[in-house]
Amino acid sequence: MSSSPAAAQRTPLYTQHLAAGAKIVDFAGWEMPIHYGSQLEEHHQVRNDAGMFDVSHMVVLDLAGNSVTDFLRHLLANDVARIQTPGKALYSCLLNERGGVIDDLIVYFMADNWYRMVVNAATRDKDLAWIRQQAGGYDVEIRERDDLAMIAVQGPNARDKAHSALGASIDAARGLKPFFAADCNDSKGDLFVARTGYTGEDGYEIILPAEQAGATWEALLAAEVKPIGLGARDTLRLEAGMNLYGQDMDEDISPLEAGLSWTVAFTPEDRDFIGKAALVKQKADGPANKLVGLILEDRGILRAHQKVVTEHGGGETTSGSFSPTLGKSIALARVPTATTEHCQVEIRGKQLAARIVKYPFARNGKSLLG
Amino acid sequence: MSNVPNELKYTKSHEWVRIETDGNITVGITDHAQELLGDMVFVELPETEANYTAGDECAVVESVKAASDVYSPITGEVIAVNEELADAPETINQDAFDTGWMFKMQPEDAGEIDELMNAEAYAELIAEEEH
Repeated sequence: MSSSPAAAQRTPLYTQHLAAGAKIVDFAGWEMPIHYGSQLEEHHQVRNDAGMFDVSHMVVLDLAGNSVTDFLRHLLANDVARIQTPGKALYSCLLNERGGVIDDLIVYFMADNWYRMVVNAATRDKDLAWIRQQAGGYDVEIRERDDLAMIAVQGPNARDKAHSALGASIDAARGLKPFFAADCNDSKGDLFVARTGYTGEDGYEIILPAEQAGATWEALLAAEVKPIGLGARDTLRLEAGMNLYGQDMDEDISPLEAGLSWTVAFTPEDRDFIGKAALVKQKADGPANKLVGLILEDRGILRAHQKVVTEHGGGETTSGSFSPTLGKSIALARVPTATTEHCQVEIRGKQLAARIVKYPFARNGKSLLG
Repeated sequence: MSNVPNELKYTKSHEWVRIETDGNITVGITDHAQELLGDMVFVELPETEANYTAGDECAVVESVKAASDVYSPITGEVIAVNEELADAPETINQDAFDTGWMFKMQPEDAGEIDELMNAEAYAELIAEEEH
């Protein structure tokens, strides 16, 4: 399927995917499972029970050094001063000077002078180049942890099943609150369990040595945690109202126009971060656009990059799909800030009626729409 | 390996055609096509009495993954559509060659049907695509 000139990369779980009947596609240069038979069934499996995703293509970075906190307070739009407790996680955008989004990421406070960051696979090279460029002048060492694999276990029964499958090895994760992580083994982060995810369900993201990934996957399979492909990952995150980098925001879109204002720490005022001046100005002027949720009222399916027509001007869907939980089509769309209630979406030359709603659309197994 | 019934005709764009006793044809998408597209969630059918030329876009099937055009296999007039697909698009996944049919056409020139692929040629085509 891949037309990329470089040889496609495979995660340590590639043979497990084939054994589970995966349909493999190219994703950012990686041969990844899109589904293992039915994307719809996989979606419901995560909303109702437990599923697992191979996300080993994502990039784990360890940042250490005496001035790593100062560095990250400069680098990120959110403020790591908010997470000075071991294991605590923070979602943030990585911005350019114009306030556009280079990537979105999760950063964990591991110990004094040590943070772990997980960034997107598709943006790996530009992220690393940017981070290294900005790190000049700081006492900080950036280490790519390609020796590690990553398995996300998600769903209402995911944590219970993970504990029964993996036993004492992840006992340290039992008491974790949401958005916290535990370093379960050797204080080097080689077995790292975070109560985070990208589905709107409870669960863990488990970072572990690549050579242990296969055995861990098999143990989870034996505990009836089903493999879930990237297809269902996308519909789950869309229902959960989580942005996808490169689709819902990019280098020309600020977090304020991508529904991510809550991730920008404007206070304390004496903290300067890359992109701050541009965002302060945009905030004062009032952003021209905002990200909203759409539910299609006519028959059809919303997809990314469809034209949105409102009484205040034009907009565009940024992500769209059929929502398996709602049984309707939903989208995220960027529309003029003044837009409320209703709009039209152009699909194959026809204008179809859509309702503007607050998102998330669904979380914890249920629709959130009244 | 997908199912390719012997008695049907096929197009390169993965429609199947059944010649009925009255000379009209029934059209759907093949088992191979539904397998590639995945779970169907929406079907847009042509209007009855609409006229199409062979190769025209005349319907759309949408899976969770993507939208895909369906092409008119021959030149002719649409005389019936499978209304049941509106509420049950998954029928195409379950039974592509029978209850998952999409529309019926009256051909302008019955000779055109003979030019479509037979089962053997279609099976070869999809074998090539899979490699």
